[in-house]
Amino acid sequence: MFIILAVFIMLSSFATVMTKSIVRAATYLLFVLLGTAGLYFLMGFTFLGSVQVMVYAGGIIVLYVFSILLTEGAKDETFKRKMKDASWGLVLSLIGFIAFVSVVLTYQFRSLVLTAPIEGGEELTTIESIGRHMLSTDAGGYLLPFEAVSVLLLACIVGALVIARKR
Amino acid sequence: MFNFTTITNWLHSFLTTTCGFAEWGAILTESVLVALVIITLYAVFAIALIYMERKVCAFFQCRLGPMRVGKWGLLQVFSDVFKMLTKEIISMRQTDQFLHNLAPFLVVMASMITFACLPWNQGAHIIDFNVGVFFFLAISSIGVVGILLAGWSSNNKFSLIGAMRSGAQIISYELSIGLTMLAMICLTGTMSFSEICNDQYVNGWNIVRGHVPAVIAFIIYLVAGNAECNRGPFDLPECESELTAGYHTEYSGMHFGYYYLAEYLNLFICAGMASTIFLGGWAPLQIAGLDGFNAVMAFIPGAVWFVGKAFFVVFLLMWLRWTFPRLRIDQILSLEWKYLIPFTMVNLVLMALCVAMGWTF
Repeated sequence: MFIILAVFIMLSSFATVMTKSIVRAATYLLFVLLGTAGLYFLMGFTFLGSVQVMVYAGGIIVLYVFSILLTEGAKDETFKRKMKDASWGLVLSLIGFIAFVSVVLTYQFRSLVLTAPIEGGEELTTIESIGRHMLSTDAGGYLLPFEAVSVLLLACIVGALVIARKR
Repeated sequence: MFNFTTITNWLHSFLTTTCGFAEWGAILTESVLVALVIITLYAVFAIALIYMERKVCAFFQCRLGPMRVGKWGLLQVFSDVFKMLTKEIISMRQTDQFLHNLAPFLVVMASMITFACLPWNQGAHIIDFNVGVFFFLAISSIGVVGILLAGWSSNNKFSLIGAMRSGAQIISYELSIGLTMLAMICLTGTMSFSEICNDQYVNGWNIVRGHVPAVIAFIIYLVAGNAECNRGPFDLPECESELTAGYHTEYSGMHFGYYYLAEYLNLFICAGMASTIFLGGWAPLQIAGLDGFNAVMAFIPGAVWFVGKAFFVVFLLMWLRWTFPRLRIDQILSLEWKYLIPFTMVNLVLMALCVAMGWTF
């Protein structure tokens, strides 16, 4: 199952960067994100998987597609590729690849095989435990980041209203 | 109550012991069986709903509806399906064929996964995570991408504008649906559909337990659900005479049929969610004190209760659709953002207050 998902994600990510049309790129990106959500579901993190689908597939991709439709319309044959940009991209991605591989090879993983938690088992992350951690002030509680993020979101909403209001 | 787990357990032991399948083989076989059952149910419900829609519409307009094909027009929908299947799928020049063909499948996929979330009976849940409600909302938001892609890949200004309209409408009304569901989760204290149903089986239906805020949430959910399915007074894609229809103008044959199918199934899913969250799902009608009546009601299987309640809500939604005139897009959006969202937020606070003070039954 993991192999199917991994191959699916890899092929879709290649298609995302190789395609000429920007809307197609957004669609392939949707497949990549759905595949990642599938990985989370495979590991038993249903909450994380749902968040992935909701925020990325349902939110970000819709936002992308909307903004593509609103800005360029039908004539969106992508930018001409220049060799200079391509070489920069190649160098950067090579650096990233080397960093990634070196981290994977040197890091001491706790276990070599990941066993998926059983639905209904004790160690499953439930929505209740997430909620308690989110609002607790103890060690391991996330109340302060939670509040900071909510203030940030409120500021974003106010900013959007200020930009969008009629003058 | 009839518990469906007896059947699933029997099937599992039948496959593993009698047929001698390995554990993974048995699970694979069961998954394929469940998938076949879902697809069959999907088709059957679509046919039933289309027939019902035509008859209910006729009823509200003092007509008879389809009467010619078969007894009471029962075979009308089947002949429509065959007509749809034999129509040519027109491919247009200068469009993105891949996205044009992909878009209906995205919409159908989203509605099929949400269809699998419905609790049919005690023990008959296909997808039952502990974050069930959240998963349901997440998956249902994929359909918007399909609609936007359909409008864009048609290479047609009117389809593009129609896709924008429908997309904006669906994204807006998702908020109301999420907030009303949040109010009910506040009451039940769990997000898993099986536990929500079990809870209502033991303690009574949510709409009775939550009284005032629950009834407000139910009404808002019905309005928002109608808009979410692109139906009712919000069915802008349907008005081809004024707006050149919506995102599916350029589709023909079965690709258009998929949108049609997804629309009706979304209607059923919306009604099924309403019956799960507000009306008790498969939980039978129980009135405290009337023991004989309760025993008779509990004798009816849960699936019958669930489907019955869902069709009752479907009837309410169709009533709404054929009674109200269509809204303009700016009216639709201002209804959502200026009236429904403030109402649902106040309602959420009210529900939280009721639960915190113990004012529920």
